[in-house]
Amino acid sequence: MPPPLLTLADVGKEFANGVEALSGISLSVDPGEFVALVGASGCGKTTLLRLIAGLTEPNSGRVTWSRRDDGRGSRIGYVFQEPTLMPWATVSGNVYLPLRLQGVSRRAAEPRIRDVLAQVGLSDFADAYSRQLSGGMRMRASIARALVTDPDILLLDEPFAALDELTRFKLNEDLLRLWRTRRLTILFVTHSVFESVFLATRVVVMSSRPGRIAAELPIGFAGERDAVLRTTAEYGRTCHDVSQRLATASGVAA
Amino acid sequence: MSDGRLLRLVAPLIFGLLVLALWEWAVRHYDIPPYIAPGPMLVFKTLWTDGPSLLGSLWVTLRIAFTALAVAASLSLALAILMSQSRWIEASLLPYAIVLQVTPIVSIAPLIIIWVKDVFLSLLVCAFIVAFFPVLSNTTLGLNSADRGLVDLFRLYGASRWQTLLYLRMPTALPYFLAGLKISGGLALIGAVVAEFVAGSGGVETGLAFRILEAGYRLQIPRLFAALLMLSLTGIAIYFLLDRLAYLLLRNWHESAMPNER
Repeated sequence: MPPPLLTLADVGKEFANGVEALSGISLSVDPGEFVALVGASGCGKTTLLRLIAGLTEPNSGRVTWSRRDDGRGSRIGYVFQEPTLMPWATVSGNVYLPLRLQGVSRRAAEPRIRDVLAQVGLSDFADAYSRQLSGGMRMRASIARALVTDPDILLLDEPFAALDELTRFKLNEDLLRLWRTRRLTILFVTHSVFESVFLATRVVVMSSRPGRIAAELPIGFAGERDAVLRTTAEYGRTCHDVSQRLATASGVAA
Repeated sequence: MSDGRLLRLVAPLIFGLLVLALWEWAVRHYDIPPYIAPGPMLVFKTLWTDGPSLLGSLWVTLRIAFTALAVAASLSLALAILMSQSRWIEASLLPYAIVLQVTPIVSIAPLIIIWVKDVFLSLLVCAFIVAFFPVLSNTTLGLNSADRGLVDLFRLYGASRWQTLLYLRMPTALPYFLAGLKISGGLALIGAVVAEFVAGSGGVETGLAFRILEAGYRLQIPRLFAALLMLSLTGIAIYFLLDRLAYLLLRNWHESAMPNER
C-alpha cells in the first residue's frame, strides 16, 4: 500500500472575524482515490479545499504531502464553483495559462493543450471565447485548464452546481471517464448526496459550524457507473444511507 | 442595415436639418444682420472660403490636443500601475491627483503660461492637466477589479506579481482604460482651447481658439461660427476615433462591444 498522497492532521481554521470554520479535521487521500466531500452549505467545504490548495493557512494542525514537493503550484489542479475563465482569452489561451505561468512556451505547450481539450471534448472550440460557450462547455474548459499541468490531485469545488441536470449527469460521467483513463486522484466537494454517491469511491460527510468530519463511507458498486446505476435499488439505498448521516451531521431531522 | 441603426442615423439627421432650416428662416424673416447671427448657409459658405486658412490653426490645436492626450494616457497608465502595486503610493498620490483635477484649469492656466516659457509647451501642460484624470481614475479602478477567482487561480499557480499584472490586471483594466480615454479625448481638446483663450495668443502659430477670439473682436461672426463648427466636428471626430479604437480592441470579448442579440 503506497503512503497517502495527502494527509490532514487535526486541522482547524478560524476566520479573522472569530468564526470557527473547521475543527479537528483529519483526512487522508490515497493516490487514485475519488473522494467526495458532502456537507450542507456553509459547512466549510470550500475553506477545506482552499486550505489544501494553499490559498489559505490553517490555524492549527498540518497538511502534508507524500511527495517532496510542497504540494503547491502545478501539483494541484483546482476547479472553482464558477468556470473562472479569462474573457479576453480563447479557450486554448485559458488552458495555456497554468503552463504560461510556469514559463512554458506556447509552442511547447500546444500538444498538451490539444490533448486535454480533446479529452474534455472541446477540440472544435479551441479558438472560441468563453462568452460563445454554454455553461457546461465553460466548465469543461475549466477542467481542461486544471488538467493541463498533469496534477497529482484534482480539487473540484461544486463545479456542476450551476448546471442543468442533463448537463450535470453528462459531465459526471465524463469526469469518471477522465478519472479512469488518466488515473487521477480527485477530491470533489458537493452538497448533492446523489452526485457524491455516483462519483466517489469514498464519501466524507461533514457537519456544520464548525465543520467536522461526521462520517466516512466507502462506496462500491457491482456494475458500471453509468446512467443505469442511477436507477438501481443499490444506488438508492446508498444515497439514503448517506442522506441520513448528512441529516444527522447537519442537525436536521431526516 | 437594421431598423435600429437606421433610426439612430436618420432621426438626428432630420432633427438637425429641421433646426437649421428654422434658423435660416428666422435669420431671413427677421432680417438679423450677420454680425449678430449669421444663417447656416452663410456659415457653411464662410467655412468653404475661410476653411483653408482655418485649417492651419486647427492643425495647431489638434497637435496640442493629441500630444496632451498621448502624454496623459501614458503617464496616467504608468501612475495607475504604480499605485496598484502599493497601497502606500496610492494613498500618497491620489489626493493630489484629485486636487489637480478639481481645480478649474482657467484659474491655473495664467500661472502655467507665466512659468512655462514656450507657448506650445504651456498649452500642452494645460490640456494635459484637464485630460489625465479620467484615464487615471478609470485605469486604477480597472486594475483593482480583477475577478477574485482568477486572482486565486494565479496565486495557486505561483504567478509572480509581474505575471499577475501583465496577464490578469492589465487585460481586466483595458475596457476601463479605454472608457477613460474616450472622456479624456474630448477634454484634451477643451483643455487646448481654454488654455489658448487664457494665453490670448498662440505664439508664432495660432490655434483655432485664438482665431475664434480674433473673429469675435473683429465682429467677423460668420467666421467665428465657421471656426466653432470646425471645432465641434473635430471633437466629434476624436470621440468616434477613440470609440472605434475601443471597439476594435474589445470586440472579441467585452460586453460593451457586443451586439444586442436579445
